[in-house]
Amino acid sequence: MKLNLKIWRQEDAKAKGEFKNYQLNEVHGDMSFLEMLDVLNNELVEKGIEPVEFDHDCREGICGMCSLQINGEPHGPDRGITTCQLHMRKFKDGDTIVIEPFRANAFPIVKDLAVDRSAFDRIQQAGGYISVNTSGNTQDANSIPIEKDKADMSFNAATCIGCGACVAACKNASAMLFTSAKVSQYALLPQGEVEATDRVLNMVAQMDKEGFGNCTNTGACEIECPKGISLENIARLNREYLAASLKG
Amino acid sequence: MGGIKTSIARKVAMALSGLFLVLFLAQHFTINFTSVVSPDTFNEISQFMGTNFLVQAVLQPILIFGVIFHFVMGFVLEIKNNSARSVSYAKYNGGANSPWVSRNMLLTGIVVLAFLGLHFYDFWVHEMQVKYIQGDMSGLNEAGEFRYYEETVAKFAGQPVRVAIYVFSFVLLMLHLLHGFASSFQTMGVNNKYSKGIKVFTKAFAIVIPMGFVFIAIFHYLNNL
Ligand code: HEM
Ligand code: SF4
Ligand code: FES
Repeated sequence: MKLNLKIWRQEDAKAKGEFKNYQLNEVHGDMSFLEMLDVLNNELVEKGIEPVEFDHDCREGICGMCSLQINGEPHGPDRGITTCQLHMRKFKDGDTIVIEPFRANAFPIVKDLAVDRSAFDRIQQAGGYISVNTSGNTQDANSIPIEKDKADMSFNAATCIGCGACVAACKNASAMLFTSAKVSQYALLPQGEVEATDRVLNMVAQMDKEGFGNCTNTGACEIECPKGISLENIARLNREYLAASLKG
Repeated sequence: MGGIKTSIARKVAMALSGLFLVLFLAQHFTINFTSVVSPDTFNEISQFMGTNFLVQAVLQPILIFGVIFHFVMGFVLEIKNNSARSVSYAKYNGGANSPWVSRNMLLTGIVVLAFLGLHFYDFWVHEMQVKYIQGDMSGLNEAGEFRYYEETVAKFAGQPVRVAIYVFSFVLLMLHLLHGFASSFQTMGVNNKYSKGIKVFTKAFAIVIPMGFVFIAIFHYLNNL
């Protein structure tokens, strides 16, 4: 199929960006979206034009690196997938595809479509861990009984790959879904209880400091999340936060 | 509002003030509805509400504070949220992943605010004038009868423009509550096996109560053609 691409080009974080139009004449339905961009970049290199910068790594939906706002939706029109898992058969011959970087002040543009999501790392560092004494007599984690339901919910929360689609989709650029997944994954387990109060207070404080917006429960994040992280996690984050605030 | 500093604390304050206004709305509707079924009851309750010390000196200021707090906090949050994305998307497909009502709370809220202005002017300013400036706490008209019912009806009888404004505003309030009422439970951390029921209840409330107000306005208009 033939495609018209409208792609955001921006030299570096400070430069003023703009859309550039490109045409591809031989795109196959079996290609992934990133392969399509590879084809474009090969053509651009042959013509002596600077290739389009975009993030990617595993190309199998597990690392969370690939981003892209495609026709107004993070990771494009499909559900439950990352951009590397998006197939070109989702588009039609002659389509115009608008490709933009994830937009949020907390995710500054590095170049073209690549954004800096290290704000997520800093939220994680603020409390997304447990402290275990590894002096040699550490208790085996499996010897602590955990309810199946809670183990499952914790595991599901832990499947968040930190891709940032929740922020990109949110009209407020809120990072509540990400933060709630990272808080929930520990809050549901006995190992996480010890540091629960500080964890939620510090992670939310860091989230605010990074300049993400406030949640208004539109639910866009949950719909666009490639890993199906649910709004229940945000409600849990709110509960944890309220409880922690009351404790001080 | 300076004391409420984190995103979640602000959101919870928003939800609590919203829930408080929902309670008030239910109470207001119940009283207004008596004007349809029993003018005498409406008069008596109006006189009670208008002269009771607790209602006038305690509950009314709390209510006014609640309204102001709610919309000021709404503006604060909206400004913060807009500034979290200074460069907006060239193509934004909000409808693909979220309901219109959830994305337009400020718009629907502003219409409700404008309506509250008119509503205050229509009823509250007048009451304040009669009771506290003219000092007439009797609630009676010149003929010695309760004046509330006839004054209320007069606002709608032969006033199609005002009726239309009321209808429009309450439709917008319905849209505001269709998202806001259920949303406040999520904000308070309630998302469990009862949430389905809560959603059904809040959506029903969001439709029935505002449409009930619309019914009352249209009823008095048609009743006096
Ligand atoms: C005076 C004009 C008003 C304005 C400007 C306004 C504005 C807003 C805004 C911006 C929000 C936050 C949106 C969000 O978090 O999704 C909100 C939420 C809400 N509003 Fe209003 N509103 C107004 C009046 C009312 C009234 C009269 C009621 C009830 C009768 C009400 C009930 C609610 C509720 C229940 C919420 C949900 C809180 C939450 O999501 O946690 N609002 N309002
Ligand atoms: S919650 Fe979902 S959308 Fe958000 S970062 Fe994690 S995996 Fe991505
Ligand atoms: S490249 Fe790893 S998830 Fe897409």
